[in-house]
Amino acid sequence: MTEEVFDWMAAANKKAKGKRPEYFDDPEDERMLSILMAVVGEVSVLRERMDTVERLLDANGTISRNDIENYAPDKQAAYERGAMIREYIYRVMRGPHQMVQELEQVEPPVEEVSRELKDI
Amino acid sequence: MSTKTSTDQKLDVAPPYNAVARHGVSPQPSHDEVARFDFLANFNKFLSGALGPGNKLTYDKRVQPAFEKEHGRAPKDRFEIRHAMNNDPFHTFWSALKRNSMEMRQQNGRAMVLRQIDELSAKARQYNEGRDTLELNPEIEVPRYQNAVDIHCMPGSYHGEELAGDVSAGANYDCGIFATTAGGLGALSDGGGAALVEWIKQQRPGWEPCRVLDIGTTVGHNIVPLALAFPNCEFIAIDTAAPILRYAHARAQSLGATNIKFIQANAEDLSRWEDGTFDWVQTTMFLHETSGKALPKIIAEGYRVLADDGLMFHLEQPEYSDEMPLYEQFIRDWDAFNNNEPFWSSMHALDMKTVMNEAGFAANELFESGVRAVVDTDIFPEAATGDDEDHGRAAYWHAYGAWKNSDQMQEAAE
Repeated sequence: MTEEVFDWMAAANKKAKGKRPEYFDDPEDERMLSILMAVVGEVSVLRERMDTVERLLDANGTISRNDIENYAPDKQAAYERGAMIREYIYRVMRGPHQMVQELEQVEPPVEEVSRELKDI
Repeated sequence: MSTKTSTDQKLDVAPPYNAVARHGVSPQPSHDEVARFDFLANFNKFLSGALGPGNKLTYDKRVQPAFEKEHGRAPKDRFEIRHAMNNDPFHTFWSALKRNSMEMRQQNGRAMVLRQIDELSAKARQYNEGRDTLELNPEIEVPRYQNAVDIHCMPGSYHGEELAGDVSAGANYDCGIFATTAGGLGALSDGGGAALVEWIKQQRPGWEPCRVLDIGTTVGHNIVPLALAFPNCEFIAIDTAAPILRYAHARAQSLGATNIKFIQANAEDLSRWEDGTFDWVQTTMFLHETSGKALPKIIAEGYRVLADDGLMFHLEQPEYSDEMPLYEQFIRDWDAFNNNEPFWSSMHALDMKTVMNEAGFAANELFESGVRAVVDTDIFPEAATGDDEDHGRAAYWHAYGAWKNSDQMQEAAE
């Protein structure tokens, strides 16, 4: 008799009951954005881990996996890491962020500006 | 423009998940699990602070003018605004990002909790076994309003179990509050409860309630601070879901709040308690998770079990009054349709004063108040309101309250 293993990885992915809203015309875009956002999150995780490694090496000159798992930033380091994540988010979210700026300032197409410059 | 240099400027960043306090049934996060919540906390700040204002801009500049051109009038309610906004490319993209953030929070929280599900169950058992402060009643059914959909996209909702008798629903709910509020509820996600303590000490200095009923307690995070502040008072905390109560009880016990009895019960029927049993009956961010018929029943039952001169107090997001602009009503409604809160929209359109009147309170007994989360502001942020507000999640609530028959009590005393 084999003991049934609880597959927590599969269980973590359980869908919430309730029909998911559709945000895009093409349902595949929903999946693509979900994959992209998961990767965006995981890159942030890798960056934070690298920051932990660098800080531990700076402080101790040596490192173990245990040190990484148990690392907790002090107040200054916590702020610096928060700022690092924020900077990363602003970089990857440039596109949607610029949509806000487009809404603030409606601009004429460059073709129009080009025609204008020809005559001034 | 600020002329400050970058070194003396403090950017608005979320506190790290490491700063969250651990209690006896906290999941133990790995380095990367901490980092996932760190990302989400800051991403949610970005969505509300940097991208959020784009929703109002696109409404004012594109959506409303187009609507008026097509219909020859302004939108008449928040639903018309929502249908129009759901065709706008900025708003739909923002919504898709926000929905993903909510889904990632669930996946990340569940992955952390479920990989240590056995350890968490064992920890909970240590605090739960043989204690008469936890009473589970299997005959209590999960009401339709709790299982029609999984509330706030939390797979399994409050009552779900992955393994029989586990506490994963509570552990996942508890750990992720940090991510969705970007730390706005403090080290134990109990900024709401801490606010209740501060509020009552200001309102009635020296008052010592004897018996308090907390309805829809979930993980008990909002009742533990009160129980610690009034150690001689008996607290009863009820919920319909056994898994969340197993977790809540263990959590409270580990934090030293041994004066709370957690009972599996449905607040629509409080017949096990006699009239006037409690001198404080309350809910915190619960009523919007009930239904049109259940809510007035819960208020009426709460009124019945409340003693004269007792306090009824409900914390919620502000209601959609006629004075609230329709756009604000629409944006406050986002969670209703995008984050599985199916009663949210109708609940916030209710006039709570009328509901409480109908339950038995006189109009002059009612009061309203604003309550801001109380957190250690050295580490955790104060809740943003105004342009940066994360509507629906801001740790700044609207309180609907009443002191039952307080005038008559005063007259009798005089």
